[in-house]
Amino acid sequence: MIRVTIPHHLRTLAGTGAEVVLDVTEPVTSSSVLDALEVTYPVLRGTIRDHVTLEKRPFLRFFVCMEDWSHEPPDKPLPEAVATGADPFMIIGAIAGG
Amino acid sequence: MSGVRVLVGTRKGAFILTSDEKREQWDVTGPHFGGWEIYHLKGSPVNPNRLYASQSSGWFGQIVHRSDDGGVTWETVGNEFVYDGVAGTHQWYDGTEHPWEFNRVWHFEPSPVDADTVYAGVEDAALFRSTDAGQTWHELSGLRGHGTGPSWQPGAGGMCLHTIIVDPTNPERIYIAISAAGAFRTDDGGKTWLPINKGLQSEYIPDPDAEVGHCVHRIAMNPARPNVLFMQKHWDVMRSDDAGESWYEVSGNLPSDFGFVVDVHAHEPDTVYVVPIKSDSEHYPPEGKLRVYRSRTGGNEWEALTKGLPQEDCYVNVLRDAMAVDSLPSCGVYFGTTGGQVYVSPDSGDNWLTIVRDLPAVLSVEVQTLP
Repeated sequence: MIRVTIPHHLRTLAGTGAEVVLDVTEPVTSSSVLDALEVTYPVLRGTIRDHVTLEKRPFLRFFVCMEDWSHEPPDKPLPEAVATGADPFMIIGAIAGG
Repeated sequence: MSGVRVLVGTRKGAFILTSDEKREQWDVTGPHFGGWEIYHLKGSPVNPNRLYASQSSGWFGQIVHRSDDGGVTWETVGNEFVYDGVAGTHQWYDGTEHPWEFNRVWHFEPSPVDADTVYAGVEDAALFRSTDAGQTWHELSGLRGHGTGPSWQPGAGGMCLHTIIVDPTNPERIYIAISAAGAFRTDDGGKTWLPINKGLQSEYIPDPDAEVGHCVHRIAMNPARPNVLFMQKHWDVMRSDDAGESWYEVSGNLPSDFGFVVDVHAHEPDTVYVVPIKSDSEHYPPEGKLRVYRSRTGGNEWEALTKGLPQEDCYVNVLRDAMAVDSLPSCGVYFGTTGGQVYVSPDSGDNWLTIVRDLPAVLSVEVQTLP
């Protein structure tokens, strides 16, 4: 089971809490995690990555095991701690405003 | 008893304002979708309880909501807007080629004849249609593909398709407007399109009389006289008497002919409303006085409407989709400001009341007249 934390507005949209738990087929990558997230919560399609290109939206970040995973290749295997559910895959909205 | 439902999109959510036909006492609900930019909401003329809302965010992209109970509950529908075929390029601000990229829906226009059909005007400028009540969207690509598309450039607010008018007597005829490309018309339901900008003059572009490149801010029509159109251009208030084939200026005695909104009285096709804004560099009313101007002569002769509106120290703007009229016997006129006020005049503009004054900046105002 993979744990995924999602930002406030997407929780509202999907009707979830701060963290969701997903079954993800191996290999566990950011791409496969997001695939599983969108299958479970279709309303999130298009909100984290582009419908067609599947590129991450510019103002979102992925954090994994205290590291910024935003610019890692989407098919790169995630750390073991995420694959085992010990640590969450975190989707973070970039801080902006004023 | 009849009444009205006003749909307000703001920077931080949607609000629904309802009243009876007197339009004196108001019930306000919201924010719906709190914290999100709601560019536009509009209801179906065929099924008034069916509403569409465009929710947009720089973080999370485009969301489309539909309500089938007048805004009490909402469901999320399709948000996949994919340009037809090879998207191609348009001109960027600096004149270089820029790939067409979907950013957001600026305006929904539900069909006047079919409750499941709705049009969406988007940035980068294109027209989409759904025939399944918003679940799926398909581009009417004849617009971008008619020939001038690669030369279109964005206005300061982006290259948005912001105006969609479906001729109520002939739904195959649709008018649209794009900042800063101009106005276009189809007579075959969106397959083929013509630029309709003859007579527009824009001194800020290299060829002031160019076929396209004009920054049209808004077009309005009275349904009883669909061949007559009124336009608030970047500068100039314009009129066409021949379905957009040609335009002539009717700015007349306005204190400024810059502005964003224009609308037409529901029962008097020659009664037109605009809100003059000082200039394109100063997006607020002249002299700090918020004045709606009304012409009862189809333009050129304008009178200031001020009763109930702030006449000192007012420096708000009224954005292009933020004015509407109802169709009650005494026509109501509505508009919202970037200062968060929504005003109504229940008597065609003579007197104005504040419905609500402290909303987030208002992006759009639509009104439904309910039986």
